[in-house]
Amino acid sequence: MENHYAIETNELSIHYGNFTAVKDVSMKVERQKITAIIGPSGCGKSTLLRAFNRMNDFVPGCHASGELLLQGQNLYGKEIDPVEVRRKIGMVFQKPNPFPKSIYENIAWGARINGFKGKMDELVEQSLRSAALWDEVKDKLQESAYALSGGQQQRLCIARTIAIQPEIILMDEPASALDPISTLRIEELMQELKKNYTIIIVTHNMQQAARASDYTAMMMIDERRAGGVIEFDGTTRIFTNPKDKRTEDYVTGRFG
Amino acid sequence: MSSHRDNYPEGAAFYSVLRNRYRKAAIWQFLFLSALLIAIIALTALIYNVVDGAFGYIAYEYKAAPTQFTATPVSELTKEELLVILKENLSSGAYNKLDKETPMEKRSQADLLSLFLERLVRIDTKDTWSMTDSLLRGAEIRAEVAEKYPDAILELRSWITPQFLVTPMSSRAEFAGVRTAILGSLWLVGIALLFALPVGTGAAVYLQEYAPRNWLTKTIQTNINNLAGVPSIVYGMLGLALFVRVLEPFTSGSMFGVTDSNGRTVLAAGLTMGILVLPLIIINAQEAIKAVPESLRQAAFGVGATRWQTIWHHVLPNALPGILTGTILALSRALGETAPLIVVGASTFISLDPDGPFSKFTALPIQIYQWTTRAQSEFHAIAAGAILVLLALLLTLNATAILLRNRFQRRW
Repeated sequence: MENHYAIETNELSIHYGNFTAVKDVSMKVERQKITAIIGPSGCGKSTLLRAFNRMNDFVPGCHASGELLLQGQNLYGKEIDPVEVRRKIGMVFQKPNPFPKSIYENIAWGARINGFKGKMDELVEQSLRSAALWDEVKDKLQESAYALSGGQQQRLCIARTIAIQPEIILMDEPASALDPISTLRIEELMQELKKNYTIIIVTHNMQQAARASDYTAMMMIDERRAGGVIEFDGTTRIFTNPKDKRTEDYVTGRFG
Repeated sequence: MSSHRDNYPEGAAFYSVLRNRYRKAAIWQFLFLSALLIAIIALTALIYNVVDGAFGYIAYEYKAAPTQFTATPVSELTKEELLVILKENLSSGAYNKLDKETPMEKRSQADLLSLFLERLVRIDTKDTWSMTDSLLRGAEIRAEVAEKYPDAILELRSWITPQFLVTPMSSRAEFAGVRTAILGSLWLVGIALLFALPVGTGAAVYLQEYAPRNWLTKTIQTNINNLAGVPSIVYGMLGLALFVRVLEPFTSGSMFGVTDSNGRTVLAAGLTMGILVLPLIIINAQEAIKAVPESLRQAAFGVGATRWQTIWHHVLPNALPGILTGTILALSRALGETAPLIVVGASTFISLDPDGPFSKFTALPIQIYQWTTRAQSEFHAIAAGAILVLLALLLTLNATAILLRNRFQRRW
């Protein structure tokens, strides 16, 4: 049976020591759609996003409970190596963080360490084309990635992620450090990418979530400061006719 | 709520307060300037003191007149003439010994000339004067010499010369050089580098990238910081006990078939220096590794890199300039250390170049220490010369570190 969900969480909670930062999140993320996670500052959006590819493993004292299921397999299971999780679920960060290497090497490095056996030049070109960056950099592939503008650097980071052919791409406020034009280009790019990839994006920008996503998860902290998803639905519904009063207050700007 | 506007001074009252504020500021500014001037004066005095000793008048007599050996004036003697003179006048035993050290034909004219002056003419230094005295009291000195040592030759001399750098140790200050000491110091620093750079970097990588943050790591970290401040003589005691005594078969080379040596070798001293600078290198390397931004590690992990791949391909290459800079600065400390070398047994008189890790050795600070404790003023003069050599070496090392830092500095 073809599962049309890319990834599911089942009562997933994330703890820092004794403190529960994100509590009992159960959501099913649909394949080849863009799912936005919104909510006020400190509600655990980024923590939840980083739980999807086990980036939280690097935070001392941080651990998860519950299940994170990729094709029925619990990614927090004992037999799963987090390196494999990050190979299959790529990540684009808030601030563009290319490697201090050439543009070409930024793409090729991830492929090489993961044992890529195909033609590297082809992979680099294809990844840069997919990230709508090829025409701008094709004549300077050997130049430093640091010579690119912020928006170009972020698209390079997206190309770098595409190159390892993940199933899901996580984006942690990918446009918050960019100007409006670069932001728009990233959003257009996301619409192209969703033909092949499932995208989960954390954003502070309400218009961005409304414009660019298919589904939206609304997060809020409870009285014990643990974040949770209070409503998860189609983006149109969340922004026009939410069930939860708190979601309505937030998306209409009365709160947060 | 009442307005506080009236509670602030205005007009003349404001200016009165302002003048008061400027006065206080001026006092502090003056104090800071004085502090800077004290530092500058101290440094200038240091340099002056060394330079003052390294140049100046020397009054000497020949025990045997050069005319006894040759009719040619000393300054015009050629290499061939000198060879003949030495062959004719030295005892055959002494000549053969010199010939065995370095064949006479292969020696330079300057070398032969100093042999001629040292062995045959035999210079007898009567007195030396500092640079300041020589410049300010020239006439007085000339009168004094003419009266006390009528046969003496008085000349202005720089104690630091190219010859001084390439001549080995001698019991006569006029003919002594720092060649053996420079080579010994370079061997020491080289061995310390080979030991401390890989070990220090490895420890720093483990502490920064692998070790969990718990009480044990914190204790280790605190101890490393404290070790960096332990007096160097303590490291000397450690080196004596560990490298000279316990590990003697290794440091003397006897387990490699070297027979003519005990544990007091340049290897034992170099390892002691390596241990001495190890905490400094660890701390510097940790700082360099810390300076690599977290976002770079995340980028690598994000594309599925293992921790080792992240460290090897990104953290270490980007931390390397910082690690090397820190290492060079740590080594410049090792270059100037004296106490541990005395304890592990540096030779105070040795004229043979160190030719391997199992050689006996001396080092610049040891030579300086040894010469300054001698009674004759000419030894104080060559000690000043040796200090200038040591300072030049230190400056070169530090300049290399600065160049390295500027060349590879990265803006994130």
